[in-house]
Amino acid sequence: MSVETKQLNCINCPMGCLLTVTLEDGKVTNVTGNTCPRGETYAHQELTDPQRMLTSTVSIEGGELPLLPVVSKTTLPKGKILDCAMALRSVHVKAPVKTGDVIVKDILGLGVDIVASRDM
Amino acid sequence: MGEQLYDIIIVGGGPAGLSAAYSAWQNGAKEILVLERDREAGGILQQCIHNGFGLHHFKEELTGPGYAQRCYDLVKDKPEIKILVDTMVLNIGQDKTVTAVSPEHGLMKVKGKTIILTMGCRERTRGAIRIPGYRPAGVFTAGAAQRMVNMEGYLPGKKIVILGSGDIGLIMARRMTLEGCKVQAVLEICPFSNGLTRNMVQCLYDYDIPLYLSHTITAIHGKDRVSGITAAKVDDHMKPIPGTEFDIDCDTLLLSVGLIPENELSRGLGIAMHPLTNGPIVDQHRETSIPGIFAAGNVVHVHDLVDFVSEEAEIAGKYAALKAQEQLPEDVADIAVEAIDEVRTCVPQHVRATAEGETIRLFMRVRKPMKKVRLTVKSGDDTLLTKVLPVAKPSEMIAVNVPAAKAKGHHADWTVSVKEEA
Repeated sequence: MSVETKQLNCINCPMGCLLTVTLEDGKVTNVTGNTCPRGETYAHQELTDPQRMLTSTVSIEGGELPLLPVVSKTTLPKGKILDCAMALRSVHVKAPVKTGDVIVKDILGLGVDIVASRDM
Repeated sequence: MGEQLYDIIIVGGGPAGLSAAYSAWQNGAKEILVLERDREAGGILQQCIHNGFGLHHFKEELTGPGYAQRCYDLVKDKPEIKILVDTMVLNIGQDKTVTAVSPEHGLMKVKGKTIILTMGCRERTRGAIRIPGYRPAGVFTAGAAQRMVNMEGYLPGKKIVILGSGDIGLIMARRMTLEGCKVQAVLEICPFSNGLTRNMVQCLYDYDIPLYLSHTITAIHGKDRVSGITAAKVDDHMKPIPGTEFDIDCDTLLLSVGLIPENELSRGLGIAMHPLTNGPIVDQHRETSIPGIFAAGNVVHVHDLVDFVSEEAEIAGKYAALKAQEQLPEDVADIAVEAIDEVRTCVPQHVRATAEGETIRLFMRVRKPMKKVRLTVKSGDDTLLTKVLPVAKPSEMIAVNVPAAKAKGHHADWTVSVKEEA
């Protein structure tokens, strides 16, 4: 059996807790250094299937600005973030838009919607 | 528009101004005027499209525009609150007369029973840090580039070097990457990053962007357009070490080299300023040295979390509202709050104690990154509060409450200390 420890920073909030994770045969068996339960969940997720939020912009017609800020409704696989950002570069919408309106449904088939960050 | 009298005039409609307006309204102010120079309220949040805002204040993770929307929704349909956009305040008089100008109303004068200063801060520029070399196009502050990319729809360049690892620099490293640019390097003159840890991870490590600590730029190359920079390692005194120079190709240099509270109006008023925060000296209600003039948010001291900006602005809004209604409790002692040991700055800088006592919230920044520190607040020789913190960093503001029961009656000057535990 191989036992190793890894250190990583939790990114859930600005506290940025330094987590020490014990892995036995690649499985997370212990997490220390977290100040809230989200740290432990994060360590498991980060070492098995890392996820990130995506924020970007899409072009908007008839708005006060040429760009509408958008955000992924939940996290996306970290490895797909750049592909999703690229896909958003060719999206165009028309004003008016309300905060939370779905701008791209099920982006790249990943099961996550991209929604508007503000009214415009 | 004649010289109308308001309970409160708020200068700046960013998160601080909007939060102050809402809090003033909640505390009974009837005539509230917010003056905003941009085309809409929300301030810098409108260009900070990333998420991570609001976890403390709204108990929910929001984007910058999302946070601004929340603040705006709280004030927008209140008949007691008027927001004028496209309006630039030119002068504030000692008698609380505000002179402003806008395309719609021309030159106007309005008067407040109280005023809250919430002008925020602005970025340090190339001139402020004196980088030698030519003056080609392609050198931007990170915030200016952020506005271009996120609001106006331009890319400032394709191959980017970022000087400064503050949060805006880190956020822009990721943002430019997502827009298809190549971020060549982030350089930081300090031996540690000045940004939040989560931003180091999500913005640099995720995209394998190299971070050079203890490095700075010694030359900018290019005549018409930036063609590259020369970087060098710095010594303990932040002076470049000869022989360590190397060149990095780029067409754009973004500067994220610090923020300066925007206090021209405050200085014009003759408000007492603090030399380290570069903001007005305030008491626990955020009242400045001029009675009836309050200040909150980044204009007082630069924050890293907008949540704390809102919190501080709510304090200012509440007490400005009480002052306008002549309900501010009388103070019985003026206590200095001094930052000592590893505490660089502490806001408020003094406390006007009332007979009943009140909970005092202290916001402080330390001088250097440390692990396991003890924070102690004392009044004379009496300890009001002491606690151990696992980490303390200059980039992360520390906030603690001195409970009313502890604060009451302790009228000897206070000291706020952070020391490394042996």
